[in-house]
Amino acid sequence: MATLVLPPDWPGGFWAHWGVFVVIIFVFLMAMVVGFIWFERRAMAIMQARLGPNRTGPFGLLQPVADALKVLLKEDIIPAKGDKLVHWLAPVVAFIPLLMLFAVVPFQGGAILADLNIGILYIVAVSSVTTVGIFMAGWASNNKYSLLGAMRQVASVVSYEIPVVLSIIGVVLLTGSLSMQQIVMAQDIPFILLQPLGFLLFFIGALAEINRAPFDLMEADSEIVAGFHTEYSGMKFALFYLVEYGEALAISAIVTTLFLSGWRGPVLPPWLWFLVKVVIVFFVIVWVRTTVPRVRIDQLMALAWKFLFPLALLNLLITAVEILVWPTVSLWLLVLVNIAIMVILVLLWSRLFKLGWGRVEV
Amino acid sequence: MVIKTEPFVVNIGPAHPSTHGVFRMRTTLDGEVVVDMEPVFGYLHRGVEKLAEERTYTGVIPLTDRLDYLASMSNNLAYCLAVEKLGGIPVPERAEYLRVIMAELQRIASHLIAVGAFLNDCGAFMTPILYMLREREKILDLFEMASGQRLTYNYMRVGGVSQDVPEEFVPALGKFVKVMPRWIDEYDQLLKENEILLARAKGVGILPKELAINISASGPVLRASGVKWDIRKADPYSVYERFEFDIPTGSVGDCYDRYRVRIEEMRQSVCILKQALEQLPQGEVRSDVPHLIRPPVGEAYGHIEAPRGELGFYLVSDNSIAPYRFHVRAPSLINLTALREMMVGWKVADAIIIFGSIDINMAEVDR
Repeated sequence: MATLVLPPDWPGGFWAHWGVFVVIIFVFLMAMVVGFIWFERRAMAIMQARLGPNRTGPFGLLQPVADALKVLLKEDIIPAKGDKLVHWLAPVVAFIPLLMLFAVVPFQGGAILADLNIGILYIVAVSSVTTVGIFMAGWASNNKYSLLGAMRQVASVVSYEIPVVLSIIGVVLLTGSLSMQQIVMAQDIPFILLQPLGFLLFFIGALAEINRAPFDLMEADSEIVAGFHTEYSGMKFALFYLVEYGEALAISAIVTTLFLSGWRGPVLPPWLWFLVKVVIVFFVIVWVRTTVPRVRIDQLMALAWKFLFPLALLNLLITAVEILVWPTVSLWLLVLVNIAIMVILVLLWSRLFKLGWGRVEV
Repeated sequence: MVIKTEPFVVNIGPAHPSTHGVFRMRTTLDGEVVVDMEPVFGYLHRGVEKLAEERTYTGVIPLTDRLDYLASMSNNLAYCLAVEKLGGIPVPERAEYLRVIMAELQRIASHLIAVGAFLNDCGAFMTPILYMLREREKILDLFEMASGQRLTYNYMRVGGVSQDVPEEFVPALGKFVKVMPRWIDEYDQLLKENEILLARAKGVGILPKELAINISASGPVLRASGVKWDIRKADPYSVYERFEFDIPTGSVGDCYDRYRVRIEEMRQSVCILKQALEQLPQGEVRSDVPHLIRPPVGEAYGHIEAPRGELGFYLVSDNSIAPYRFHVRAPSLINLTALREMMVGWKVADAIIIFGSIDINMAEVDR
C-alpha cells in the first residue's frame, strides 16, 4: 500500500492550511473550467469534422476568456414578472455547493482541504443541493420552458440519485471507509477493474447528474430552448455555465478518485496523474456527448428505475457476498469474476429491459 | 391527497431552435404530454403568387428559387415544366439530362439537411448534421460551377437551362458519384442502430397509410407510410423513364421510417446520377425561345417529385407575357396538415422530432 503523505505543517496550522487550499481549489476550478471549455469545443470540433475556435490566442486558447469578457459586459435581464430575489439567488445556490464539493477531493497524498471521514457521503449530499438552485432558476424565471426544464431536473434527480449512491456503496464496502483518501489508498488495483459494474452504473448516473448528453434534458436546446437558464443573461448566465462545466470537472474528479485510483500512478508526480485522469474522464464525457442522441424524460426515469437501480442493488449484493465469502482470494481473480458478472448481468438485463416507448393515452 | 393540475399553453415558436424557420405550434401541455396543438403559420408570407402575376414568365424563375430555398433547382424545374407544357416548348436532350442531374443532386443536398436536422432535433448534438453539411458543400460546389450561385441558382430556363456546364463539371460529378455511397454508409454507421435513436424515433409519430393518402401527403412522408408513390415513376417527366431506380418505402410510417426512407432515396439518387452521367449526350442546352414568352390561352399543371414531395405549379395564361394565375402546390404545407394527429398524445420531446421528421421548409409553406 502506498504511503500516505500527511498534510504539510503550515505555519499557523489549521487556518493556514484552510486558507491555502481555498485558494488552490478556487484557482483549480476556474483554470480547469476555462481549460475544459476550450478542450470540449476543440475536441468536439475535431470529432465533428470542423476546426473549432482557433482565432483567439494560440489554438484559440483564449476563447473562453473572450467569452467570459463578453458575458461580463452583457446586460443583466430579470423577467418583469419573475421573482427577483429567487432569480438572483438561484445561480448562487447552484454554484456554492459546487465549490464545496472540492473540499474533499484529494489532489495528491496530503493535498486535501478536509479529509472528512464521511467524504463520499458529503459529496453525495452536497452535490444534490445544486438541483435546488436549478429548480429556483426555473421557477423564478416565470417562463414555461424554464419551468419544464426545472421540473424535469427535479423528477430525474429522484431517479438517478439512488443508483448512483448504491453503486458508490460497492466501493465503500471494498475500502471499509467513507474517506476519500482512504478510498484512494485502498486502490492497489483501480476499482474500475474490481467494480466494473459499479463504475458503469455510477458513470451513467453521473452523466444524468451533471446534465450531460444523453441526459441533458434540463437544457435540451432543441426542445425547451435552454431549459432552466432560458431567462438568464450576463454574469448570472456565466455562473450557470460555470456550474455546468464545474460539475463535469467535479464528476471527473470523483470518478478518478473512486474508480481510477485517484492520484496514484507510477513515474509521474501524483498531482499530474490526477490531472491526466480527470482530463481523460472528461474526454469520455465529451465523446459521449458528440455521439448519442438525447433520451426522453420518461425513458431516463425508466432507465434509472428499471436498469440502473436493480443492477446497482445486485452489484451491492454481489460485492458484499464476495467480501464475506472470499476475504483472502487473489484480487486479480476477483477482477475476472467481476468483469464476467458485469457482462452477463448487462446482457441479461438489456434483454429484459428496452428503452421503452409508449404512447400516453389522453 | 389529490393535487390539482391543469394543462398549460406553450407557444413553441415562431422563434425556437427547432421550428426550422418561423413556424409556431400553440401546444397545450399536460405536464410533458401534448394534449392539443394548433399550428400557426404565415410569418413568412411574401405574396409570391401575386408577385409572379406581375412578372414575365422568365422573370418568375428567380421567385421560384426563393420558395424552397433548400431545393431551388427542383423549384426551377417544376416551374419550367409547367411553362413548357403551357406553351408546348421543346427541350433539347442534353438540357433534359442536365436538369435530371441537377434535380437529383438537389434531392441529395436537401435530404442531407433534412436528415441532419432531424437527428439534431433528436439531440445528437450537431455531429450528424456537420458530417452531412460536408457533402452538401461538395454539391454546392458543383452547382456553383454550373450556375455561379450556391443557394438560389436560377439555373433552368423555359426550354432548357441557362448555360451549358463547364468542362470540369463532368469529371467533378463523376468523382462525387463515386465517393457518395461511401459517405452514405458513414451516415448509417453514425446512428442507424443506435439504441437511443430507436427508442426515440421508432413507433413515434405514426402517420397511418389511410390518413397519409387522405391528406394527400407526398414525398418521403407518404412513402414512409408504405405507399409506393413517386411522380418520377407514376407520371414520368423529363427523361426519368430512361433510368432504373427503386422507390424506397417504409412500413409503419413513424419518424424512424421517414429517416430511413430519406437515406435510401439518397442512394437511389446517386444511382440515377450514375446512369445520367453515362448517357449524357452532347448538343444544345436551350431551344429557341423568344425573350418574352406568350403562351396560348389555357392552363397547365406541371409537377415533379421534389425532395419534400409533389411540387406542382399551376399556371393560367391569357396570352400575355405574364401568367394570369400562378399557384404553387407546396408539399411542405400539405404534409404539415396531419401534424396535429401525429403529435397529440406524445411528449414535448417527441413533438419536436415528429415535426422535424416531416421536413418542411417555412419559405415554401408560407410563400
